[in-house]
Amino acid sequence: MSKAVLHLSEGMEPGFLREVEVEAGTRVSLCYQCGKCAASCPVSFVMDLEPYQVMRLVQLGARDEVLRSRTIWLCASCTACSERCPREVDVAATMDALRVLARRAGYRPAEGQIALFHGIFLDNVRDAGRLHELGLMVRYKLKSGGLFSDLDVGLPMMRHGKLKPVPHRIRGTDQMRALFARVRAREAAAKGGEGR
Amino acid sequence: MKYAYFPGCSLSGTAREYDRSTRAVARVLGLELEEIPDWSCCGATSAHATEKLLSLALPARSLARADEMGLDVVAPCAACFNRLRTTVHAVRSDWKVRQEVGEVLGQEYAARSDAYALPDVIVNRYGLDNIVPHLKRSLDGLKVACYYGCLLVRPSAITASDDPEDPQTLDRLVRALGGEPVVWPAKTECCGASLSITRTRVVWQLAAQILTAAQRAGAEAIAVACPFCQSNLDMRQVQAQKWSGRRWNIPVYYFTQLLGVALGLPPGELGLESHFVDPLGVLRQKALV
Repeated sequence: MSKAVLHLSEGMEPGFLREVEVEAGTRVSLCYQCGKCAASCPVSFVMDLEPYQVMRLVQLGARDEVLRSRTIWLCASCTACSERCPREVDVAATMDALRVLARRAGYRPAEGQIALFHGIFLDNVRDAGRLHELGLMVRYKLKSGGLFSDLDVGLPMMRHGKLKPVPHRIRGTDQMRALFARVRAREAAAKGGEGR
Repeated sequence: MKYAYFPGCSLSGTAREYDRSTRAVARVLGLELEEIPDWSCCGATSAHATEKLLSLALPARSLARADEMGLDVVAPCAACFNRLRTTVHAVRSDWKVRQEVGEVLGQEYAARSDAYALPDVIVNRYGLDNIVPHLKRSLDGLKVACYYGCLLVRPSAITASDDPEDPQTLDRLVRALGGEPVVWPAKTECCGASLSITRTRVVWQLAAQILTAAQRAGAEAIAVACPFCQSNLDMRQVQAQKWSGRRWNIPVYYFTQLLGVALGLPPGELGLESHFVDPLGVLRQKALV
């Protein structure tokens, strides 16, 4: 697999490290690229940047390079990296923070399907209060263009009663909508603050 | 012994047999589970990948209800457990987080109740000593690979797992039921979780590694405590066999199903009919069903 090449002269932002550390609540600056995270990572084989490379790029302030990477989306949040890091950097929380920052800054996710999945999931939770798995799968497959993929799993699931046909709506859907709206409002305010 | 029960969304769909077997086992043991009224989704990975505050406010809505009930919470799903416990921890340890969560939620949330995983409640809090008198059948040396995955054990600072690299909770239960927990290296490896839907091949590869490790250790069965783990190892097993050219044919049980069998419950009450890889063959060999 081809790995990204780092051009040190381009687009370095010294403030980026601090921004990520605040969002992630961990000290990315402590990372010394030992590679323990990559060795522990179950999905590093599909990543374009190894986790420690992401950490180094954050230290260098390579905002674009990091926020455009596939790695930040492919991280499955298993937290093996964070558990084992000898510098006690919460690598998984850093990946979360980078996804959040990429979204806020309007980057097109390098793994569009994964971002699409999260979006559909949360829309469903906002509207009904609980996730309806069948609805999620159908909507995801319609939007990602693979409606008839995975039928060898989907049909037996149906037969085994594993796909509940009717969604459940909680009584407190008003509270859910209000909760999501307040989060969005704070997000918008934070974005305005960044633009100074 | 009574807990506020947070079933989570998967337990009325893909993992409905986990819900059925949990309730059946709890009934026999006299462990009271009172469902949290009008509970809502924990937000899972999608929330924490999108906005931190959202990922804390979503579980807080249900946790605030448990506070009102005056009960600690038990969650069978490892992902729900992880999000609930993360929220309790975050709100207790940072006053500013508590304030922000309260504002977004539209009500005060003080994180009075604790959140526990189902294996912890059954094995450590209810206790093996109290389970043994209820047992009707022995698993008769059934070789079981106890698969914990990620969210039950990591991060250990939050989950309070006994050992994040070699956890023993399910192994101790299987031994108490008369089974033989195998020693194997993939106990806490990740199954890929929701990449199952977005990057299916990645999950085939991860499932293949885990299933091969279990097979090499001589496992006749795998025991899990997470809907993601179960579906990625059971429902995806046939696809992973085709893709990898290997063959495992290992049934993947929720630990509550194996406990239920040992408690003498019939397969119908444990939801054993909804598995992909035949769960009954191995149990018949041991005359357990």
